Amino acid sequence: MHLDHNHTHDGPPAVSADAHRPDGRRRALRIGLGGPVGSGKTATVAALCKALRDELSLAVVTNDIYTREDAEFLLREAVLPPERITAVETGACPHTAIRDDISANLEAVEDLEDEIGPLDLILVESGGDNLTATFSKGLVDAQIFVIDVAGGDDIPRKGGPGVTTADLLVVNKTDLAPHVGSDLGRMAADAKAQRAELPVVFQSLRAEGGVKDVAEWVRGQLAAWVA
Amino acid sequence: MSRAALLVLADGRFPAGGHAHSGGAEAAVKAGRVSGAGSLEEFCRGRLHTAGLVAASLAAGAVLGLDPVELDGAADARTPSPALRTAARRLGRQLMRAARATWPSAELDALAREFPKGAHQPVVLGLAARAAGLGAEDAAYCAVYESVSGPASATVRLLSLDPFDATGVLARLAPDLDRVAHQAVEAARCALVNGVDALPAASAPLLEISAEVHAAWPVRLFAS
Repeated sequence: MHLDHNHTHDGPPAVSADAHRPDGRRRALRIGLGGPVGSGKTATVAALCKALRDELSLAVVTNDIYTREDAEFLLREAVLPPERITAVETGACPHTAIRDDISANLEAVEDLEDEIGPLDLILVESGGDNLTATFSKGLVDAQIFVIDVAGGDDIPRKGGPGVTTADLLVVNKTDLAPHVGSDLGRMAADAKAQRAELPVVFQSLRAEGGVKDVAEWVRGQLAAWVA
Repeated sequence: MSRAALLVLADGRFPAGGHAHSGGAEAAVKAGRVSGAGSLEEFCRGRLHTAGLVAASLAAGAVLGLDPVELDGAADARTPSPALRTAARRLGRQLMRAARATWPSAELDALAREFPKGAHQPVVLGLAARAAGLGAEDAAYCAVYESVSGPASATVRLLSLDPFDATGVLARLAPDLDRVAHQAVEAARCALVNGVDALPAASAPLLEISAEVHAAWPVRLFAS
């Protein structure tokens, strides 16, 4: 992993999304999770942490809109030790903090790596936003967009940058589909039409191991990152 | 110097973290001291002549070649509230990242090395202006404008204030902005001869006190 010895330990901190840290080590893979309010981003992050924490060194950055609720939920659930969870304040504009002005989030991920030591993976969870919110490539290496069946089964058809371009689309709360009259087949067909070959996962976190498909996708991203 | 470079640095969309801060407006709104365009204008005028003047003189001093480490100490001495010192360093670190990516400079690299967790934002602003080929007056203008534009845009979000009214406030403050920027550059020139102690030390006690209160709120929209 120590590929580049031209960097020195006392060099100034990195400027942007360089793949290596100032000390020459490869930095952690950063995966963003975005999506509308209440779609299950935090629950997915919690489930991913539980599924991956024994095999990977990982940390989480949350972007709460006006509280520390998401960070505190993760702390309460004890999915990771507290020093591995950081909250960024976004000044009422969650999409700005992950797309237009990413400096506070970059600092949070860099500080986690400085303070905890080498990390394999950092999950950056966006504040709940709208269908146009996407992560800057300067902040994350890949992004997951989380929607749910109860938010309306027409969301995949409506498209928008999150649904259309995210590296992984997660349709959450499939267990609710019969109760809210959502047609999963139609959602899958619409998502396929919008996304062509980009992957889609349907999940319910109510079931044991509900996050396994997303966890498997994350493992694949990580394998490509360190290759 | 390039006038267009000044527009790049002064643009509210310059990605240096300012969007998450209200410049004290959130605390003032909650306390009922800012409730509309009129009281926003008074709040901004007060901030301009105190925090704005100090920031602008620090930024102008950095452009003129005063030692940035000494300027950082001067900024600390002029910021009684620990919460505001933390916010200023955080914003300084964020501006540093954006400035180094935008206008690479050995001076910025050196300051980043000296303060890995961030120097005071106005000091970084001055060196960023220098790196962009701008002058002391330009840096002072950026600082004074930031001192009022941050609270104005935050108040639009906090009070659902009519955005045209908020922009009107900024336009009416323009003559004051000119005066304070000029005053800040004069003070920075004076500090070249007499040292950083000669820089203005105007303080707004209510901004300092309410920043401490705000930092302890469990629920807030803005980081400061």
